[in-house]
Amino acid sequence: MFITEYFKTIFRSVKSLLTGMRLTGYYFTHPSKTLTQEYPDNRKELKLADRFRGEVVMPHTEANEHRCTGCQACELACPNGTIKIITKQEILPDGKKKKRLDTMIYNLSMCTFCNLCIVACPSDAITMSQDFEHSVLDRSKLRKILNKPDSKLMEGVE
Amino acid sequence: MTLLYSLSGLSYHIQSWLTRLLGNTMAVLVSEMVIVGLCLIGFLVLLSFTLGYMERRVAAFMQLRLGPNRVGPKGTLQIIADTIKLLFKEGLTPTNADKFMFNLAPYIMIITTMLVTAPLAFARNFQIWDLNIGVFYVSAVSSISVIGILMAGWSSNNKYSLLGAMRSGAQIVSYELSIGLSLISIVILTGSLRISDIVMSQQNGWWIFKGHLPALIAFVIFIVASTAEINRAPFDLAEAEQELTAGFHTEYAGMKFAMFLLSEYVNLFIVSALAATLFLGGWMPFHIGSWSGFNHVMDFIPSSLWFMGKTFFVIFIIMWFRWTFPRLRVDQLLNLEWKYLLPISMLNVLLMTLVALLGWHG
Amino acid sequence: MLIEEDYITEEGDFVVNIGPQHPATHGVLHLKVWLDGETIKHIEPHIGYIHRSIEKMSESLSYRQFIYVTSRMDYLSAHINNQACALTVEKAMQIEVPQRAKVIRVLMAELNRLTSHMLWWGCTGLDLGAVSPFFFAFREREIINELMEDTCGARLTMNYMVPGGVMADLHPDFQRKVKEVIAQFKVNIHEYDQLLSDNVIFQERVKGVGYLSKEDAISFGCSGPTARGSGISCDIRKLYPYDGYENLKFDEIIEQGGDCWARYKVRIAEMHQSMSIIDQLIDNIPEGDFQAKTKAVLKLPKGEFYQRVETARGELGVFIVSEGGTTPYRIKYRSPNFSNLSALPTMAKGCKIGDLVAIMSTIDLVIPDVDR
Ligand code: SF4
Ligand code: SF4
Repeated sequence: MFITEYFKTIFRSVKSLLTGMRLTGYYFTHPSKTLTQEYPDNRKELKLADRFRGEVVMPHTEANEHRCTGCQACELACPNGTIKIITKQEILPDGKKKKRLDTMIYNLSMCTFCNLCIVACPSDAITMSQDFEHSVLDRSKLRKILNKPDSKLMEGVE
Repeated sequence: MTLLYSLSGLSYHIQSWLTRLLGNTMAVLVSEMVIVGLCLIGFLVLLSFTLGYMERRVAAFMQLRLGPNRVGPKGTLQIIADTIKLLFKEGLTPTNADKFMFNLAPYIMIITTMLVTAPLAFARNFQIWDLNIGVFYVSAVSSISVIGILMAGWSSNNKYSLLGAMRSGAQIVSYELSIGLSLISIVILTGSLRISDIVMSQQNGWWIFKGHLPALIAFVIFIVASTAEINRAPFDLAEAEQELTAGFHTEYAGMKFAMFLLSEYVNLFIVSALAATLFLGGWMPFHIGSWSGFNHVMDFIPSSLWFMGKTFFVIFIIMWFRWTFPRLRVDQLLNLEWKYLLPISMLNVLLMTLVALLGWHG
Repeated sequence: MLIEEDYITEEGDFVVNIGPQHPATHGVLHLKVWLDGETIKHIEPHIGYIHRSIEKMSESLSYRQFIYVTSRMDYLSAHINNQACALTVEKAMQIEVPQRAKVIRVLMAELNRLTSHMLWWGCTGLDLGAVSPFFFAFREREIINELMEDTCGARLTMNYMVPGGVMADLHPDFQRKVKEVIAQFKVNIHEYDQLLSDNVIFQERVKGVGYLSKEDAISFGCSGPTARGSGISCDIRKLYPYDGYENLKFDEIIEQGGDCWARYKVRIAEMHQSMSIIDQLIDNIPEGDFQAKTKAVLKLPKGEFYQRVETARGELGVFIVSEGGTTPYRIKYRSPNFSNLSALPTMAKGCKIGDLVAIMSTIDLVIPDVDR
């Protein structure tokens, strides 16, 4: 009948609304279920995945040695010209001339963190660091030189 | 002792002090008005700070978040920071707006909301103006606020604003009916429109308990309809962020926007206070029949706390609605009123009359 | 798209520009809407605000490089876009992908579909005025994103699928974490129903709104849940299986309603299907290589190659014309959102403004995919 149908509708609707309110009410009374991570207060505990792509870095050993041979594979692999490798000729002790890395320029503002350079590098000279707090006040600071001053190629890396 | 506990004592002392100081009745009246006005403004600003903070926190906890927690202890000063931000913002007026109307609209909103606070009984014998048509006055004056919204929407010269204003017009005009009817159903029981009389009539039990089922239905209808009346979700069609960006106040910025915000919160307070007064006994303490010990303990809690507690309970319910439900569409909104709320509240008034005639409301 | 002359503005028409900056257009879509009161008379989508010429750009990138750009098309199903490109290259070069890589790809794609649908669910709630679902949706999505971060190194634009397989092997914790999150989601998905699906206001808002007939859906080239909501069988995973979908047991969800409610139900049911696919695979990841041996520089043979996949929004087609060099001669993406968007004026005609928002959210538009 029309009247019973009418009241049934009301009853059903109110019930469905109360179900929703019970859910939000439940979470209101259970603040322990809160998901908020209080960055930057939690900087210390903050643990990013070890594969997280924060920025491209070139690890150096304590003796200031890196593994980059200057082969430019990364430069070729990079889809947007973020990396620029400048090489120099070095005269080895035995008198031979050899191509060596002079500067590796990395422009963080252009990097898309696609990981292609890392994959392309034949000697594992570069990796991704987990640092993600990149903001600076001056854009030129985003242009980084990855190899440290006076660094050398590690022995045995060719 | 009385001074500590009752606000009415405080107001009485102020009055006698002023009379001694000034002597002249007219001067006393004027200075009292100024004091009341200033106190009211201060109270309302404080209130809207509290409500703003409460709303954010309630919303956050319902959404698995923490809400404001940086500025001040537990984020309590966040809302003050926001106010300062709004103060420093440029109060922009669109080029093709009707400037006079555009600037007038927020004031109309504020003025109406402040007017409505007059007959509210904040505590025992503590009222700004205990006029004999209190309930009627509230429902009459509060409907002026729709003029403010229409003005804002029309004068902004923005199509979103216009749509929002038109929606709000249709909405408030129709929901006023159910609000009126649910108010009437309590007035039937009390036989008086005076707010203090209504509160006094609940000395031996609140209307929501004494009035049986009809009072409960009237309470629910009142809450739903007044949520619509004050343009809050799920009836916030006049603002409807996802449809009309910000509805009638799209073009407002800075302090003028803050005024709309203020009036929204004060309106929220007013309808909740009204619900508390009519259905939950206003400042009357909670009494259970013949448990005189219990009743005595309850009497010990100041009446202003009772009033505020009940009001904030109703406010919490309205906030709970907002953070749970999706928004209705404009035709569904009117359907809800004309097909459901209005017929039910009409029937409810009949039932209530029956209850009153049979004298069941003791 | 329709051209301006298609609709003659009449005297007294109320024209509202919704977008390009508007809370409900999910990006920079511009809709020119002709209104009669609140009722929509006509809609004209204007696109191109976020056109980045991805297709043209890809012409100068090598076959390893062009994949990462596709993450920026439909960024919510980035994995599936990458997979489509990788598949096309593999098809052209006839690379045999190891079994393990295939399984990893399907797992990632389905997880991606889950996150995409979760976000869609949250946004649907948000668009209809309920803010809370948005945060509830992010609860599990966040865990899955973290999982992606573990294995792929990024949360949204992963660039994990490469020609020949995947870029890196799975993280050792991957299986355990996936099982955990799926178990958790199976419990929590009921909250989705309590909060939105069963809610009477929500049902009123979506039922019978935005009707798209089967014929219209076909003629506009709709795909994905939008078309399946109108009763069209168009799941590429079923019709043209790739990467081992043929060996999996799952249903193609088809609803006959054609309205927003049907599309909503399709997506919710698809989440369940995705979970069942993940359940089937997670314990059966075969051992082996995660990547086939490929040359450092890929060269496609001369010819035209096409591959389609099912993204979270519909059918994505990748068409490569190769001249035999290291870069494509021409690339064309057949993006699902573009076709789905073109059905919007038909769906929204005669609806209210509030309905337009509901319709847009149930088509689940991602504007960068429309413009590319
Ligand atoms: S991560 Fe990608 S964009 Fe960044 S430097 Fe490496 S190859 Fe270039
Ligand atoms: S970083 Fe690696 S790829 Fe790049 S130049 Fe050095 S060795 Fe070659």
